[in-house]
Amino acid sequence: MLTFVQQLLNGLTIGSFYAFVALGYSLVYAILKLINFAHGDLFGLGAYLGYTVFVYAAGVIGSRFGLWGLLPAGFVAAALGTAGAGLLIERVAYRPIYPIGRLPAVVSALGMAIFLSNFIMAVWGPRYLAYQEAFIPTGFWQIGGFRIRVLQVLILVSSLVLLFVLYYVVEKTTFGAAVRAVALDRETAALMGIDFLKVIRFAFSVGPALGAIAGVFVGMYYRQINFTMGWVYGLKAFTATILGGIGNIPGAMVGGILLGILEALAAGYISAAWKDVFVFAALMLMLVFRPTGLLGEKVAEKV
Amino acid sequence: MRWLKRWDWLSGRPLLFGAILGFLLSFPFWGSRYWVDVGFYVGLYALLGLGLNVILGEVGLFNLGHAAFWAIGAYTTAILNVRFGVPTLALLPISALVAAGCAWLVSSPIIHLRGDYLCIVTIALGEIVRLVLINNPGGFTGGPNGIVGIARPSLLGHPIRTSTDFYFLVWAVVALCALALRQVQRSRIGRAWNYIREDEIAAEAMGVDVRALKLLAFVLGAALAGIAGNIFAAKMRMVSPDSFTFMESCLIFCIVLLGGMGSIPGTILGAALVVLFPEVFRPVAQYRLLFFGLALAATMYFRPGGLWPRRRALAAFAKEGER
Repeated sequence: MLTFVQQLLNGLTIGSFYAFVALGYSLVYAILKLINFAHGDLFGLGAYLGYTVFVYAAGVIGSRFGLWGLLPAGFVAAALGTAGAGLLIERVAYRPIYPIGRLPAVVSALGMAIFLSNFIMAVWGPRYLAYQEAFIPTGFWQIGGFRIRVLQVLILVSSLVLLFVLYYVVEKTTFGAAVRAVALDRETAALMGIDFLKVIRFAFSVGPALGAIAGVFVGMYYRQINFTMGWVYGLKAFTATILGGIGNIPGAMVGGILLGILEALAAGYISAAWKDVFVFAALMLMLVFRPTGLLGEKVAEKV
Repeated sequence: MRWLKRWDWLSGRPLLFGAILGFLLSFPFWGSRYWVDVGFYVGLYALLGLGLNVILGEVGLFNLGHAAFWAIGAYTTAILNVRFGVPTLALLPISALVAAGCAWLVSSPIIHLRGDYLCIVTIALGEIVRLVLINNPGGFTGGPNGIVGIARPSLLGHPIRTSTDFYFLVWAVVALCALALRQVQRSRIGRAWNYIREDEIAAEAMGVDVRALKLLAFVLGAALAGIAGNIFAAKMRMVSPDSFTFMESCLIFCIVLLGGMGSIPGTILGAALVVLFPEVFRPVAQYRLLFFGLALAATMYFRPGGLWPRRRALAAFAKEGER
């Protein structure tokens, strides 16, 4: 029972990372019907930007305001920087290409993914970088037989808050209605006076910003980052997106959390080496029996 | 105007193809060993690209896990050769069959998925195959280190050993496959494939057996990847899971789209570009993939249909119009 609760907690934590990254995929897919393969590497970029801010701001902010002053600075800087990178990529590599067709856009997205991961390697080097102890909240609570780390609570609470805010914006506000309208039918939405570009900018800034926050959290949680982390998490998060139903915001959250729990339980009870096989096999089974994902709606085929 | 047509014939494709063929045949005799090896890899990726071109180019099925079938071919060769001593070259058709069989098994339940969903399943498939190879089930795949000591192939008593030998082996296979695929492309099957790509529902309504033809494309593409796996294993004399990553599947995907969907010469050109680009940019080694990523996006912007798109076969109609 103890292991189960502990694994569940680990799964929830990892699941929040996936949910964060999955949201970026889902937002872009909903609007452009494009798998933004570069999104995973934007997440990696976020982790590196956070790292850099922590290292260089430790003396200025860290010494004056302590760890809890340093953390928001790192998160905000990483989120803003990555959102900027997301917008730039959209402007340079997607906007000229997606009117041409979906397949060229996919290749362009793959190209951007390759570009970004190599950009990270060129700037920060190919070796693992360690998030130092000084940047990480290291406290924990011992409750009964298992321990809850402050960091885990921080991750879970901030993911819940941010995901709720995003859900609220997309589902309940006027702007959110515009986003959903564009996702349904771009041309009709444009005829109704919705600024299509504004919605796209929203997707390409909020998605990468959330990804960057997840990147910094991953750096803190595993204490090391590498330029290839974007591929690995990107793939998993994309799996989560599909699991929950692509283009669907609650779906991406549910898919991410579910994937994290599935992975942690498979690692704890079956075998750590085979956990990813289980995750991907679950994805395949899911798609065979419910191709639109857990929360996806059935879409009638248009002829 | 007859002479004009003749002139057109001379300056047109046959001349170009002749020049390319002459270059490919003579290259090992004046190129350095290093570049002959590069030429081998162009051939290998051309073979992989031709396989994926059937799936992605002809039928329009998004397959981002093509490296899985390549891996299956390579590991079939490695396991059967090292464990059971089957001659490497004799394993070429067997590798193709095993890869094709695996493709049939795994694609049967998923073939009805459309577009991006199929794409995701194939990504998952590629990852599953790679992870299984790493996890070494039953001690068969050698884990992360892979399998070493694959015997050199020999053809009619002549051992295939040097870079030049392998260069000719792979390009001979590419040529045979390209010719065969051209015949398929122009057959009823090829037209049905293109029909499915352009409008699946209409194709089905016209009585095209969509499911069977999609499966056929998958199986055929995987068989070609299996052949590539066999040649790759024979050349490297070892196989390891590192060679069959998601990145490789992405590169093969890009080869097909760079060249032009459904275009056989385009696919070979795409393979040449993808392999040569990092080689040419070796002086800026650290940044070459950076530029490669940019080049991919730029190519799609300037030539969205690929660099050598397949011309639609309008010849039959044109002739009728002339008469």
